[in-house]
Amino acid sequence: MQNQRFAANALTRRRLLGQAGIAGLTALASPVWAQTMVTLPLPGGPGERSITTGFPQKGAMILQRTRPPLLETPFEVFDKGVFTPNDRFFVRWHWSVIPTSIDVDSFRLNVHGHVNQTLSLTLKEILALPRVELAAVNQCSGNSRGFFQPRVPGGEWGNGGMGNARWTGVRLKDVLDRAGVKPGAVQVRLKGLDTPVVADAPGFMKSLAVDHARDGEVMIAYAMNGEQLPLLNGFPLRVVVPGWYATYWVKMLSDIEVLDSPDTNFWMKTAYTIPDTPHADMKPGQADVKMIPINRLNPRSFITNIASGTTIPAGKPALIRGIAFGGDSGVKRVDFSADGGKSWHGAHLGKDEGKYSFRRWETRFAPAAKGDYTLMVRCTNASGEAQPAQANWNPAGFMRNIIESTPVSVA
Amino acid sequence: MKRKILPLALLAGAALVSLAVQAKVPTSLKSVDVTLPESTRALPDAAGVAVVHDNCLACHSAGMILAQPTMPKAAWEAEVNKMRNVYKAPVDAKDVPTIVDYLTAVKGPK
Repeated sequence: MQNQRFAANALTRRRLLGQAGIAGLTALASPVWAQTMVTLPLPGGPGERSITTGFPQKGAMILQRTRPPLLETPFEVFDKGVFTPNDRFFVRWHWSVIPTSIDVDSFRLNVHGHVNQTLSLTLKEILALPRVELAAVNQCSGNSRGFFQPRVPGGEWGNGGMGNARWTGVRLKDVLDRAGVKPGAVQVRLKGLDTPVVADAPGFMKSLAVDHARDGEVMIAYAMNGEQLPLLNGFPLRVVVPGWYATYWVKMLSDIEVLDSPDTNFWMKTAYTIPDTPHADMKPGQADVKMIPINRLNPRSFITNIASGTTIPAGKPALIRGIAFGGDSGVKRVDFSADGGKSWHGAHLGKDEGKYSFRRWETRFAPAAKGDYTLMVRCTNASGEAQPAQANWNPAGFMRNIIESTPVSVA
Repeated sequence: MKRKILPLALLAGAALVSLAVQAKVPTSLKSVDVTLPESTRALPDAAGVAVVHDNCLACHSAGMILAQPTMPKAAWEAEVNKMRNVYKAPVDAKDVPTIVDYLTAVKGPK
């Protein structure tokens, strides 16, 4: 029934962005979400998606798939601040058997494998461990997959398969230390409560090197942005792997297994692998490419207050702003170009919320003449890695981070 | 929606309104019981639609198929084989050509 209502009012992304930008400035008083459809500008289409409010604990989201849930954050949300609200945070599940009821008294987190002592921890016991907090971007490996050319199958995201939150929880290290990792351990395998529909299908599990798991930053989070997690974002516990793609951020974490040999399960060995090349780039059909598990985020930046095709009044300086993130190191600089990348100048950076967080940037655009301009924004991270001018390609549609272009007119 | 760009001063003022969260982190968690919505999208009518419905929609809703880009028959064949071989979808081998033909008709090059 909802979908029939949605179909009534088609709206382009351009209009949606423009409208939301205004509404955001009027104290969010007006019901921005009268819209029911959005069009993602995916080459070759289809770009039409419903806006849904039908998912529990979630606000208006772009419906990529109902089951298993795949919900994209509408892009204008990123203009409102560097922290993505929990009810607008993207959602992505692999298997559709997801518990819809979690009892906090009976829930247990089990730790076993190559350890001195197996554990079965209650949530109370976990919350009693030392508390840590950090801001970090959680981004789907395939965020922006819909822009790949040639197109590839999968979740056909626009750019909203990402979000930034302040995560609170306990160190994975502290939990592992409590169990006592035995010498010879090589990886730590993480598994949640979701299960496949078909019994012999590969259950979703991801592994981190034991030293990574014990680095003191990898976290078992029980809160995001100061509240318990929405169920669809992994309530009650979710792994946070700062600076790494979301595939490792296992939701509804219920099982930690310390391994004494490398994990060869499907989700490590076959799925979520990238070409071991600069920018994870290869040619369609290219043979003999060495593939490795996806790992660190790369730098990205976006304009959030101006949509493609916007007309900017001549003679008035416009403020252009957006977000950037460095990936696994902080944002060193954000550069802006109004001439399609021929010349660049540094943008002003906003408050530093930590090296794994979104960071606000802004700059003035004061065009001397009327005409068409291509606005571009480029992030360079603290390791010196900058966004590339050319799009990467790989068959799974992973790690897109090309410099974004926004054509505008000055009239 | 005539003025797409707001005056500089207004934008700068809005930027000061911090949406950063306060660290009121819960000290205990509350049980959750939710209901997930059902898909209301149907597969478009074409030869083999019933076979696709019966074989594919147990694991994912129709929207997954409908959101995919246009792909040639060989790519759809690879997808169906992946669903069977990797994700263990219980699809009879005899149904594979019907499913591939349907997907190519609905989501193939025109």
